[in-house]
Amino acid sequence: MSSVGIKGYAYCLNHTPELGLHYGNTPYIERMTRGETEFLSELPKHLQAYGEAVSYAPNQAYIGGITLDEYEAQPQPWYENRMADAMRYGKYGEIMPEDEFLGLIDICDVFDLIWLEKGFASLVKEKLVQDPVISETILARLETGHDQEDIDSEIKDHKAMPLYIDGNVVGCVRSGHEVDECLFPYVLLENIASKAGGVLSVLHLLKNSAISPQEIDFVIECSEEGAGDMNQRAGGNFAKAIAEIAGCVNASGCDVRGFCAGPVNAMIAAASQVASGARKNCIVVAGGAIPKLYMNGRDHVKKGLPALEDCLGNFAILLVPDNGEYPVMRLDALGKHSVGTGASPQAVTSALTWEPLQKLGLSFQDVNKYAAELHTPEITLPAGAGDVPLANAKMIAALAVMKKQIEKKDMMAFVKEKGLTGFAHTQGHIPSGVPFVGHACDAIRDGKMKRVMIIGKGSLFLARLTNLSDGASFFIEKSSGTEAVGAISKDEIKNMILEVLSEISESLK
Amino acid sequence: MDLQNQQRIKDAAEKYNPEELVVILGSSDAEGAEIYAETVANGDPTFAGPLAGVQLGLCVYDIFEEEIRAEADTAAWEEQISMMEMVLDPEALSAAVAAMRKEFSKYSL
Repeated sequence: MSSVGIKGYAYCLNHTPELGLHYGNTPYIERMTRGETEFLSELPKHLQAYGEAVSYAPNQAYIGGITLDEYEAQPQPWYENRMADAMRYGKYGEIMPEDEFLGLIDICDVFDLIWLEKGFASLVKEKLVQDPVISETILARLETGHDQEDIDSEIKDHKAMPLYIDGNVVGCVRSGHEVDECLFPYVLLENIASKAGGVLSVLHLLKNSAISPQEIDFVIECSEEGAGDMNQRAGGNFAKAIAEIAGCVNASGCDVRGFCAGPVNAMIAAASQVASGARKNCIVVAGGAIPKLYMNGRDHVKKGLPALEDCLGNFAILLVPDNGEYPVMRLDALGKHSVGTGASPQAVTSALTWEPLQKLGLSFQDVNKYAAELHTPEITLPAGAGDVPLANAKMIAALAVMKKQIEKKDMMAFVKEKGLTGFAHTQGHIPSGVPFVGHACDAIRDGKMKRVMIIGKGSLFLARLTNLSDGASFFIEKSSGTEAVGAISKDEIKNMILEVLSEISESLK
Repeated sequence: MDLQNQQRIKDAAEKYNPEELVVILGSSDAEGAEIYAETVANGDPTFAGPLAGVQLGLCVYDIFEEEIRAEADTAAWEEQISMMEMVLDPEALSAAVAAMRKEFSKYSL
């Protein structure tokens, strides 16, 4: 089989301004190295309330509250043109407020690392019970809570890190070890929050796909976090930890890493396992990254904008054998940024778009949309990083000119037609192509699109292991419906022939 | 300009004769290119990195400027740069860097 069905998808955000304020890497490092600077005193004035995050058009596009056509029609700047009728829940998932998310973090903590204050835990329980994907079994994992003085003492005497709502301490993250930095509260919070985001998306995915958790066979997780201890800093495994909380008792799992190229590589790994028959089905999932909250906050504050990077992004996608029913991910024409490809944008774009197109005998025009690095431009432009999805679309258009497939004068028309307006938070692995999978599958099902390309790119050099970057891509298109025939085994064909021969011999008697 | 790159430039200027050094920028954004050019010629305007208050006065060009393009191998240019030439705004980038060079560079090609 060279294609797999995309049965379901979920996209959620966790609105976490206070986690960002205290533990986003930019403010956290600033506080640690320079103390309470002007930026840190100004940042709280720029935080968005939960309602503002819900009414922010890019967030609604992410959770499927609006279609991408509706998103394109929204007036800009989006932070000044809030959506009046925006809701917490969208077609793909939800935007969870911070207090409930702290509750979900506690639910996902199986080592008594998260302590919540009793009154807060009780309040959060009342709220979480109303979430359609939080079952009684999951809610039963929420602790009853601790006395405030015990939490204060844990922070004061045992290196625990406070958790805040409205500026008040409502809990803490305890240290997992006396000397092991990999188990210090900051790392544990980052990891458990990513796990919790992943769990939320998997729960929505199960609901959206109308499949029970027991039916899930395998999970591949692809965030950019590292869970381990001092002997093996990123030993893993987020996937299995997420599957456990989501009730996927028959699933196992593993993690795939590659910075922002992680999700596309994970999709390819998962699809290959499903296509080969090694797994009955496979979920690809990732939670968000606390360190990336307010990453560009300094520029947003300086330019008088709201601090827009206040949400953790997460997603989950379910891949199943291609039975003709679902849009498919093709495995016979993958884009691959090889070691020898080189670093020039030209070489990279060619490896990720032109080469897979050539494998299928297609032209640049045969793809409805190219989805790469879907960062919300309103977040990146004030930080001097440009409109990332637009730059990607321009590069593909320029390559199409070089390959003599379009005229140079038609470049911007190509960009408009084949590019996308970004709608994902600057959460590294989250914007990298995958947020479009849901919208693309819907458009393909509705007959509005025929074929799209999902592109992931990762800055491997950040880890100081190699100067290389990475990239991978794949096509999604309508199922040809032929895979069901291809799936017939040799034995079945042999039996059919024997049956026919037997019928012929009977008729000759 | 990130702190590591500022340090690299500073180290190079100390190791070699600054008169014989040319910094070639490949920024995608004119505003960024202007800041990078200012940094290597007049010091880090954000006062955050190793070049804060250090006026190296280095000769700085954008890769799209004619003087640099003329030095490049045509085939390599075609293979490595020509696509981005269509994507970016070479004129704006060249103008931004040239303005900083004229104002702050102590050395020329």
